Amino acid sequence: MQKTEGAAVFTASSDTPTPLRAILTLLAPVVVIAILYSGFLFLRENGNAPQMVKTIIAIIWGIGGATALFFVANGVVELLPIKWVARVQPFVFVGPALMLLTWYLAIPALRTLSLALVDDQTGQFTLDNFTSVFTERIMIEAWTNNLLWMLIGTTLTVVFGLLIAVLADRSRFERAAKSLIFMPMAISMVGAGVIWKFVYDVNPNIGLLNAGVTAAGGTAQPWLTLLQPWNNLFLILVLVWMQTGYAMVLLSAAIKGISDELLEAARVDGANEFAVFFRIILPNISGTLLTVVTTIIIFTLKLFDIVMVMTGGQFGTEVIGVRFYREMFVNNNPGSASAIAIVLLVAVIPIMGYNLRQFSRRDTF
Amino acid sequence: MKKLGFVLLVAALMLSFSSIMAQDMAGCSDTWENMSAELTSACAGELAGTVVTMTGPFTDEDEVKFNDSIAAFEAATGIDIQYTGTKEFEVIITPTVQGGAPPDIADFPQPGLLRNLVEDGYVVDVSTFLDPAHIEANYTESWRDMATIGGPDGEITAGVWARFNGKSLVWYPVQAFADAGYEVPTTWDEMIALSDQIVADGGTPWCVGIESGGATGWPATDWIEEVMLRTTTLENYDNWSFPADAASRLSFSSPEVMNAATVLGNLWFTENYVMGGREAIASTFFGDAPVPMFDDPAGCYMHKQGNFITSFFPEGSVAGEDYSFFYLPPIDEEYGRPFLVAGDIYAMFNDRAEVRAVMDFFSRGESVRAWLGSGGALSPHNDALLEWYGSDVERGIAELVANATSVRFDGSDLMPGAVGAGSFWKGMTDWVSGTVDLETALTEIDAAWPTE
Amino acid sequence: MNRQKRTAMILVNGILLFIVILWTIPTVGLLISSLRNRDDIRSSGWWSIIPNYGWSNTGEELPLPEGQTRDTPITIGSKTATFDEWRAGIDMGDGTRYVWIGTLRSGRIEIYRQQWMVNWNFTTDNYSQVLSGKEFEIRNGDGTISTVQGDDMSASFLNSLTVAIPSTIIPIMIAAFAAYGFAWMSFPGRRILFIAIVAMLVVPLQVALVPILRDYVSLELNGTFLGVWLAHAGFGLPLATYLLYNYISTLPKEILESAFIDGASHFTIFTRLVLPLSVPALASFAIFQFLWVWNDYFIALLFLGINRNNEVLTQRIANMVGSRGADWHLLTAAAFVSMLVPLIVFFSLQRYFVRGLMAGSVKG
Repeated sequence: MQKTEGAAVFTASSDTPTPLRAILTLLAPVVVIAILYSGFLFLRENGNAPQMVKTIIAIIWGIGGATALFFVANGVVELLPIKWVARVQPFVFVGPALMLLTWYLAIPALRTLSLALVDDQTGQFTLDNFTSVFTERIMIEAWTNNLLWMLIGTTLTVVFGLLIAVLADRSRFERAAKSLIFMPMAISMVGAGVIWKFVYDVNPNIGLLNAGVTAAGGTAQPWLTLLQPWNNLFLILVLVWMQTGYAMVLLSAAIKGISDELLEAARVDGANEFAVFFRIILPNISGTLLTVVTTIIIFTLKLFDIVMVMTGGQFGTEVIGVRFYREMFVNNNPGSASAIAIVLLVAVIPIMGYNLRQFSRRDTF
Repeated sequence: MKKLGFVLLVAALMLSFSSIMAQDMAGCSDTWENMSAELTSACAGELAGTVVTMTGPFTDEDEVKFNDSIAAFEAATGIDIQYTGTKEFEVIITPTVQGGAPPDIADFPQPGLLRNLVEDGYVVDVSTFLDPAHIEANYTESWRDMATIGGPDGEITAGVWARFNGKSLVWYPVQAFADAGYEVPTTWDEMIALSDQIVADGGTPWCVGIESGGATGWPATDWIEEVMLRTTTLENYDNWSFPADAASRLSFSSPEVMNAATVLGNLWFTENYVMGGREAIASTFFGDAPVPMFDDPAGCYMHKQGNFITSFFPEGSVAGEDYSFFYLPPIDEEYGRPFLVAGDIYAMFNDRAEVRAVMDFFSRGESVRAWLGSGGALSPHNDALLEWYGSDVERGIAELVANATSVRFDGSDLMPGAVGAGSFWKGMTDWVSGTVDLETALTEIDAAWPTE
Repeated sequence: MNRQKRTAMILVNGILLFIVILWTIPTVGLLISSLRNRDDIRSSGWWSIIPNYGWSNTGEELPLPEGQTRDTPITIGSKTATFDEWRAGIDMGDGTRYVWIGTLRSGRIEIYRQQWMVNWNFTTDNYSQVLSGKEFEIRNGDGTISTVQGDDMSASFLNSLTVAIPSTIIPIMIAAFAAYGFAWMSFPGRRILFIAIVAMLVVPLQVALVPILRDYVSLELNGTFLGVWLAHAGFGLPLATYLLYNYISTLPKEILESAFIDGASHFTIFTRLVLPLSVPALASFAIFQFLWVWNDYFIALLFLGINRNNEVLTQRIANMVGSRGADWHLLTAAAFVSMLVPLIVFFSLQRYFVRGLMAGSVKG
């Protein structure tokens, strides 16, 4: 069905370019860039137009501009001889992403490497920044905790996300359930900090958990502070609460991608629901599952805000992300901070390698 | 455009009536002496229409009060001082300055943070344009010393002190004290005796809370500093908090600091002394800590904290009726009556005439006059008058400071960020929560001190 | 069979309900708290709005017996107990409970009875302060009080929209092109470049802040929305490319092949075929990116500059609690207000997560 529809659509664009069209196509970039630049000047001027108007213009300018640039760039490339189109066109597709990433992340990351190899005080070459990443008591504590976050946090998040996605898929209340699970993701970190204060507060008149404990005859516990090392677990629960929505959305979309016929066929064959889950659903979403696990592992490695807001890394809850942040912004030790970033970068290479193991086997056009 | 037009209009008016306006609105005071060339020209309206951008950590109500207190100056000079506060000031200011987009003036609540920027050469030396006679006359020596920081080309005056708050204060519920017949202690021993009395009566003397999210531990550092000032010499305190060089530094593992912590431990960890005991100290939010004082009958009787804590008191509580304060008494008469303060220093990043004029203005009491009236700030300027204070509480604190035998700045704010906003907090928290013993905690605090 | 199905349905919905309740309780607590006043929030739990049966103060009280000490037993009425026991409360046997409130020196004996209690003291004050700005009562030097109206939310709300919408769509567009390029086009360096992109996932964006700000200052991009959009795009691209690649690369090869046979170019295939088929992936990433950008504080602050006119919602909310955080109770209401827009985005994009988009195009 799609094939015929597609064919009808494609005929228009596969015409050979006429000279007139070529000129227009070449003019287009100039016009687009001129319009965009004047729009930029207008927006930067911050004139006295009502803010609503400025907001709308800014949004149209930003989105329209990016779209126009892609169309224009492609239009120009398609004027080239066919042999060159094949060579150049991929870079129209991946080029903007590569350029932005080079500017925003790759170059700063390289700069980080050079900072990490220099002593913050003397400016001499040194490897000390790297040794301290593995030897300081506080860094060891941070690595241990991050391991906890990675193992427990990722497992719980993915298991709950998957469970909810599967259950919701066959429930009449799917939308309501998914929305409620998703809600914590939408809450800003400051809001989440207050929410969990109402859960974990040591005062049983404020903290729900302690209200329960004291009502049951126990004594109130300082969940996030003195209850070491368990306080890490209570912090991890905050992550699970916030990030399960992420796992759920992606996994749910993947489950929706499994064709009904496939599921029905299995059920008709007499497979029970567990068999359907393990033999049909799981294999079909394994790609997405890997994606979700990978990204959540990376979240937990870079984790920063939950710990920063709730304990500041004190009470034995230090994590790498907070350590990095403190070295960078509080302690004025860019070298140590950079070393942490580099080690983190190296640490995920195996995970990435596993992810990309199929990459080179792909067929392309 | 509209706004600029308005400013120009005001400025034009200003030019014609500048002398009359100056008197009426007290924007530029006649009593100012030793004015810098830029301030003189600003008061003459020559800098009208210029803009000075400013940022700092205070927001919300404080921002309103700040704007109030500069309004007359802005009207008189036509300089528009645009202040925007941000809660993440401590984090944002360094990348903003290093990235090359600094505000004209920034308000630093911690000189330790400013020091990093001075060392990297980003801060304008205000002594290049402020009259030394004026600075000498308007700030006491300890303020001047704390504004002097070593830059890449030697020592500079890194800014002007704008406000401070008093720390050595113990708050208490007036009615509960009266009901029980307790009297305000004037010596440390009396204070301990009172604490024992309250315990014997079945009450809880103290409320303490050091939890503060990412900054947990800072109220404990204040306490240590108070005890330090009361148990050792000022020289030792200065060498501990703000050493001139590595050799003269008094380390955390020194007997002096150890002793101060022990004294504090005796107060905090004595059974029944502190509400909720040791666990509650570490887990109670500092702003919630004083609230039980206002229960009927009082849940606790004393709470030591800076004057800003009144904004955390329950709504409608009245100074003098519901609560009052006394000076945290001396421990050893030998060390007099020291007073601990913290304060905000304004530093300057862009050297333009209007910025200079505004900095000169901020070095004068007039710049916080309205703020003193509305409450929440104390003035470090010698030309600020006691009668400007709008509340008895703050006037009382100002008097205490004036009568103190010595005034010292919050040590943790002076220390390098790695210690003062890092290992010191953490060490105290670890010690209070029992994660490590005192010796280990102090050694670990020391370990974070940057080596030159 | 039918019966079995129904049991299964109940089981599914039951477990789902349980998890959902577990997930929602903390938020419900926040919602209820947001409707209570400052002193209530700080002194009693939100669950006290649930009627509960227990000892409650009758308002009757007795004076303290004089001259007692902590160690000797004290007799009040018919019972004798130590001070600490009295303070914990003693059942008098007649349906009342006496509790010693205060110390030996000052306080009272309160009499409690078991009855139903509830605290329904609601207010919308927090919301009105958050939405329309606080009113500050400022004492003037001459003793008069003037009222100053604080900033409301509207300006920062619009700023947040201006930041968030393009910052969501631009990276998605760029990432979708790149994902297609990596999935279906062949060019030299394809593998290594893709690995490089994905490796960027782990770079903490903080390392980039100062160098990027320097570039912005020299390009005069600092303080502009374009600067923030590009920054959010740059920082969001690794994840966007990775997620979209994982989706686009699994599209059935046959569909694309037949389009090529029909003479379509990569660009047309991408815009007319791949994009529409990738809507679920685009929508899910759009949701996440929008959320992150909407809740971002730091990037906006750094690149838009510390400037009242460019304040975004998160900054406005953070500033609202005051210099020392004394008004943190306002965060309860503010959290809900700021959550509205992301939830709307979620609801409106949720309809794209439907079964059968690829129906018929997937080989069995």
